[in-house]
Amino acid sequence: MSDLWRLTAHEAHEKLRAKEFTAVELTESVLARVDAVEPRVHAYITLTPELALEQAREADVRLASGTATPLTGIPVGVKDLIVTKGVRTTAASRILENFVPPYDSHVYEQVRRAGGVMIGKTNMDEFAMGSSTEHSAFGPSRNPWNLDLVPGGSSGGSAAAIAAGECLVSLGSDTGGSIRQPAALCGCVGLDPTYGRVSRYGIIAFGSSLDQVGPIGRDVEDVATMLDCIAGHDPRDSTTAPDPAPDYRHYLGRDVRGMKVGVPREYFVAGMEPGVKQAVETALKTLEELGCEIDTDFSLPSTEHALAVYYIIAPSEASANLARYDGVKYGFSDRTAGSMWENMEHTRAHGFGNEVKRRIMLGTYALSAGYYDAYYLKAQKVRTVINDEFAAAFQKYDVIVTPTAPTVAFPIGSKVDDPYAMYLNDVYTLPASVAGLPAINVPCGFSEGLPVGLQVVGNFFDEGRIIQVAHAYEQAAGFANRLPRL
Amino acid sequence: MSLTSADVLHIARLARISLTDAEVDRFAAQLSGILDHFAALAAVPTAGIEPTAHPLPLSNVMRADEVASSLPLGDVLLNAPEREDGYFRVRAVLE
Repeated sequence: MSDLWRLTAHEAHEKLRAKEFTAVELTESVLARVDAVEPRVHAYITLTPELALEQAREADVRLASGTATPLTGIPVGVKDLIVTKGVRTTAASRILENFVPPYDSHVYEQVRRAGGVMIGKTNMDEFAMGSSTEHSAFGPSRNPWNLDLVPGGSSGGSAAAIAAGECLVSLGSDTGGSIRQPAALCGCVGLDPTYGRVSRYGIIAFGSSLDQVGPIGRDVEDVATMLDCIAGHDPRDSTTAPDPAPDYRHYLGRDVRGMKVGVPREYFVAGMEPGVKQAVETALKTLEELGCEIDTDFSLPSTEHALAVYYIIAPSEASANLARYDGVKYGFSDRTAGSMWENMEHTRAHGFGNEVKRRIMLGTYALSAGYYDAYYLKAQKVRTVINDEFAAAFQKYDVIVTPTAPTVAFPIGSKVDDPYAMYLNDVYTLPASVAGLPAINVPCGFSEGLPVGLQVVGNFFDEGRIIQVAHAYEQAAGFANRLPRL
Repeated sequence: MSLTSADVLHIARLARISLTDAEVDRFAAQLSGILDHFAALAAVPTAGIEPTAHPLPLSNVMRADEVASSLPLGDVLLNAPEREDGYFRVRAVLE
């Protein structure tokens, strides 16, 4: 019984239904695993073991009554920018260190409605700004494959928790790669849905034209299951797509013969590690053997501009979104100085970490008088150019396949003082984010013992097809649910 | 693009963040370096191209104009740094 935490969510679901063990036993196994490894991994900011056991007891009642869903009794990690009523939600920032939300986010409501069991709130880069989880005010998470390395970010805790066995499936959020890149670096599957596919009601905002919530798991099936749970229209988020979400599990186990796959040459350039290149090339051969028609004579010429476009637009939106942290209605408030303005400036100076300050200032500058046209407006226009190139590509291809990140996990501390070097981690995930397209990371092997990820990008609302390709690949390649020795 | 200390202080004031002298120097160097990498954007031809504010063709999404419940006052004030008589207490804006 002690190794139940090793199961995928769908394996656990089958066994829960077959009464091989109870939801309480499964949760106890995960909590024991958390006790054993969390001091080394630090995947969580806040653990909720008592709540988890209470939710597990409710799940057992539901399992007995025959009303269980595929997530009933499944231990879930929830990124700490997803608000949870009565459970502290910090966005990994000092400014929200003591914030206890008075309401639930849509996605957490959905997980609870399905009977999911929350183990705790996972660590992240402060306000999701970062690619390593080192920008957490509560200290970095560590990569379960090698504790000296970063797990990626910003959803590093959500990915590390999966790889370390500290939950079976988790929720992250992706603005420029924050689900896919940590999933790649930790050897997990992670899916960033189409912009507007999942409600952001109750998600602490970063870049409002980019942010999406999505699942991270041990295999494609678990990710499809969690996406089924959270996707769909929500009147409380006017940016959600009005059309209903399909059944994503329906795309599992389907043939990919004849699928047209574009592989853009701009994703195989300088800066990519040889081991990453090799793993991705091997994965492309596997897709070919499965009957996909691979076209490598394909260009997305504006790919290189996505980084600048993103790092202008996202900080600009962040500078507006984070204006709300003024020490008036909630959050940290420094009221020691004389005037209201001084209080506000001191509150924000003390409450925000370096990367958050840097991005607020970058965005404030890009939006300020005299620079708006040269930076923000220009970036929005180049965004259109990037979108148009993707739109043309999807006339020809069913999916686009690329590496997820140029390197495997890197040492903690190696890039934290060089913001631009850190931004370069996102170079392969940013273009799909800028365009609002869905994309999934699926593990495609190892380079020097560390996981490498393959990214499958789909057209708008074509999550089903990227799940189909990723699942077919995963079944053929056999890298699903590989867990590190820890 | 090279930002001076005065530029950084101006931006920080717009963003309402007080900075130490060391932070001013560090941000001037880091932000200048980042902006240099953005310079290539200027060369992308965008004449006649519309800006994208948002990836989806949705605009002016309206809900029905109906009264609905909102959070209880006590819950709203729960995280307030200071409160008084059902209000957020703040410092005087005009002095």
